[in-house]
Amino acid sequence: MTLALKTTDLARTFDIGKRLFGPPRAQVHAVHPVSLDVQQGETLGIVGESGCGKSTLARMLVGLLPPTSGSIEIEGRALDRADPAAFGRLIQYVFQDPVSSLNPRKTIRQIMEAPLRQLHGLKGRALDDRIAELFDAVNLRPEFLSRYPHEFSGGQAQRIGIARALAASPRILILDEPVSALDVSVQAQVLNLLADLKSRLGLTYLFISHDLAVVEAVSDRIAVLYFGSVVETGPAESLFAAPRHPYTKLLAESAPVVGRPLGGAQSGELPDPLNPPPGCAFAGRCPRASDLCRSEVPHLRAVEGDQFAACHHPITD
Amino acid sequence: MKLFLRLLFRNRLAGFGAVVLGAIVVLAVLTPVLPLHAPNETNTANRFLRPFAEGHLLGTDHLGRDLLSRLMWGTRLSLAVGFAAALVAGLAGAAIGVIAGYFGGRTDNVTMRGVDMLMAFPYILLALAIVAVLGPGLLNALIAVAVVNIPFFARNIRGITVGIAHREFIDAARLAGMGHTRILLTEVVPNVVPVVVIAMSTTIGWMILETAGLSFLGLGSQPPQADLGSMLGEARSALITAPHTSIVPGVMILLIVMSVNLLGDGIRDALDPRLRSGALARPMAATRVERKTVPAPEGEGLLRIDGLETQFHIGARVYKAVNKVSLDLKPGECLGLIGESGSGKSVTALSVMGLVASPPGVITGGAVRLNGQDLIGAPYEVLRALRGRKVAYIFQDPLSTLHPLYRIGDQLIEAIRVHEPVSRAQAHERAIKLLEDVRIPNARARARAFPHELSGGMRQRVGIAMAMANDPDIIIADEPTTALDVTVQAQILALLDDLRRSRGLAILFITHDFGVVGQLCDRVAVMYGGRIVETGPTAEVLEAPAHPYTRRLIACVPELGGGRRVLAAIPGLPPAVDDLPQGCAFAPRCDKAQDACRKGEIALTGAARQVRCLYPEVAP
Repeated sequence: MTLALKTTDLARTFDIGKRLFGPPRAQVHAVHPVSLDVQQGETLGIVGESGCGKSTLARMLVGLLPPTSGSIEIEGRALDRADPAAFGRLIQYVFQDPVSSLNPRKTIRQIMEAPLRQLHGLKGRALDDRIAELFDAVNLRPEFLSRYPHEFSGGQAQRIGIARALAASPRILILDEPVSALDVSVQAQVLNLLADLKSRLGLTYLFISHDLAVVEAVSDRIAVLYFGSVVETGPAESLFAAPRHPYTKLLAESAPVVGRPLGGAQSGELPDPLNPPPGCAFAGRCPRASDLCRSEVPHLRAVEGDQFAACHHPITD
Repeated sequence: MKLFLRLLFRNRLAGFGAVVLGAIVVLAVLTPVLPLHAPNETNTANRFLRPFAEGHLLGTDHLGRDLLSRLMWGTRLSLAVGFAAALVAGLAGAAIGVIAGYFGGRTDNVTMRGVDMLMAFPYILLALAIVAVLGPGLLNALIAVAVVNIPFFARNIRGITVGIAHREFIDAARLAGMGHTRILLTEVVPNVVPVVVIAMSTTIGWMILETAGLSFLGLGSQPPQADLGSMLGEARSALITAPHTSIVPGVMILLIVMSVNLLGDGIRDALDPRLRSGALARPMAATRVERKTVPAPEGEGLLRIDGLETQFHIGARVYKAVNKVSLDLKPGECLGLIGESGSGKSVTALSVMGLVASPPGVITGGAVRLNGQDLIGAPYEVLRALRGRKVAYIFQDPLSTLHPLYRIGDQLIEAIRVHEPVSRAQAHERAIKLLEDVRIPNARARARAFPHELSGGMRQRVGIAMAMANDPDIIIADEPTTALDVTVQAQILALLDDLRRSRGLAILFITHDFGVVGQLCDRVAVMYGGRIVETGPTAEVLEAPAHPYTRRLIACVPELGGGRRVLAAIPGLPPAVDDLPQGCAFAPRCDKAQDACRKGEIALTGAARQVRCLYPEVAP
């Protein structure tokens, strides 16, 4: 197995209260140094709640946002500059809101042509053939090409978004909440389409979602993000079934499951990003927290087999 | 385009403006071919002739020049200068605004501060300064007026561009390998053009006025060339003795500016999608009711909905959003209403208290009875007294339902005092208690917070506190946890469940999530295409769904702990409710559909467990 994507200590800091001269008033660490390896053909699921840094991470991976530090390697080639065009041929992005990711004043054909012309220099017959091929791949009818985005339902618009991402012939797709804006019956259609495309085109996926069940259903491996750091990674089968980090356990227990009684979920919120706690960010909500947790940041380490957790007191059976 | 014209002329004043302006423009264009005197032909013997004098319809000015001719030539010039100035200002301002808004950061800061400096001068002073430097003349007056108006366009367009530059399609264009220039020209500009057009249409009148002002001061058109401002300026000395020389150009300026402004407002209203439907301009306090018969109550219940029909009438189309829906809610019971978007679940809930926006919403049939009292068609005062007092709502996004400018404590106090004559201090104590009841830590301090200072979960707690403010009997919760994270969702659901048990609240819980329904609700009703297709006790429906739609919808939703798998999808799309198929609405997507499913009306059958299907999965 070769590595499709490797990040080394990728981090991003945002300045708050910029001044014309001099340093900013404060800094927020949206993503703490993250090191991830994704194998060729693998689907890595990334879960986390709002504000955990998952979208910032995704935007860095496709070059829409320059990282503050760290490096990105795609198939062994380092990509450090934030130039979406350089990233574009290797890695593409599927957006959460399918309708707002399509320019309302362009026809679908114009939207589809952009990456083919800009990244691959296609013209004329070759361009038309490629568009037809892509539309066929995502099960859309060719007559849709002359229409405008507002004429489509969410599910259809998301297929167009996927077709546009595939037009760049990337090796990796970043799927940022690709189905959370869709109805459940349509959600399953799109997920199955993605699975089918992956096996046919030999793609690698990074699947970002807040929906644990969906991530579990599509991923090989899952990374859990909390407050900008990876707190646990592991195989999809065992991560939620036998969580090692108390936060993962809280997530798994919070997911609504038929027949499970309500309650038991403790309150608590994310720490203030302007004033982060010194130790583990989860310590304030954690039932297992000790003094060590409140003073020292835990690092990711193997707990059992392929399961890694950033916890001083991981849950072991 | 046709739609645009129809909308424009629906606004009578705008139509009037369009006709007047059109006539003026046509006359101005035709001026050179009209049989008029030469505008600069002087004849001092005939000076200050009154209107309707022979050969001079509008009379003559102080040099005996024909006023009609000068008026027409002057109008021509003033219109041309006004349009040109608007065009120059619009294009230059839009270019600055687009560049500043798109690049942001330092570029934005520097350019916009420059624009601010331009704005800091009184406009007439700035125009005078420009003309003073360039020298008087119509072209220089045009430049001055254009420059003075650039900041207005630049600021306006910058605001719009900032919004567009952060939209996802711009990111998508960058990922498609487009450079900045190409993105600006092909992605941003087409979205900005309508705004530029609207801004221009509303400012042309102003620019004509400003040019006339400069000409009036002798800084614009130079004698003997006529434009409306210079005509006024020349007539000034004879204002008392020969008032018609001032009135004629004055009336023309009035007509032009008024018609341009009326038309401009009309264009803005017609192009703005929010104003286009006309719904925003005149919403009714309660949904319009047009029902012929009132169905008899079918049974007991705290809240009974019998055969409710709510439709949206948009143009010639009728959207049957809610089609003969019957539900009942007992005290202390939680009923889940489940369905996909467009299934009519939210419209059902809003119809209860007449909250569906009218127009276009119309309740065309059925009854909603609260303790036996029919609410459909009840006078507004009755509905108002019951809204919040007996039946309260919790909505999906508390950020958009809480007022952003008031502190949450004050909003709660207002909610309490609307229905109860208590003092402000008492209401304040009640508000704190409510915030404590929904388990907001440090309630006294948080009451002074603004909605944006709270997290999503905390805001939804405030939304619940607001609903609980008057101790209602029923809470209608429309997807209250959809926008929240799972850990927060679990907290909110636990809170709702607690409140229900401790206060005997009845809850109508609207959601698309079976997991949530399974945890919270006693009974569940499944909606599809505006109708209830299945209803029954939650556990039974989830364990053995009778309607194929319910079964397949449940199968679509992955459940945590199932591992990696292929999901069972339902092919096709939910039906559009303005074009429902005959028979069962689900038949086109159903693998068990027979010919009988595609005709006639399929009834909801069964008692405690009801299903609207000819070939149910299990016998109800």
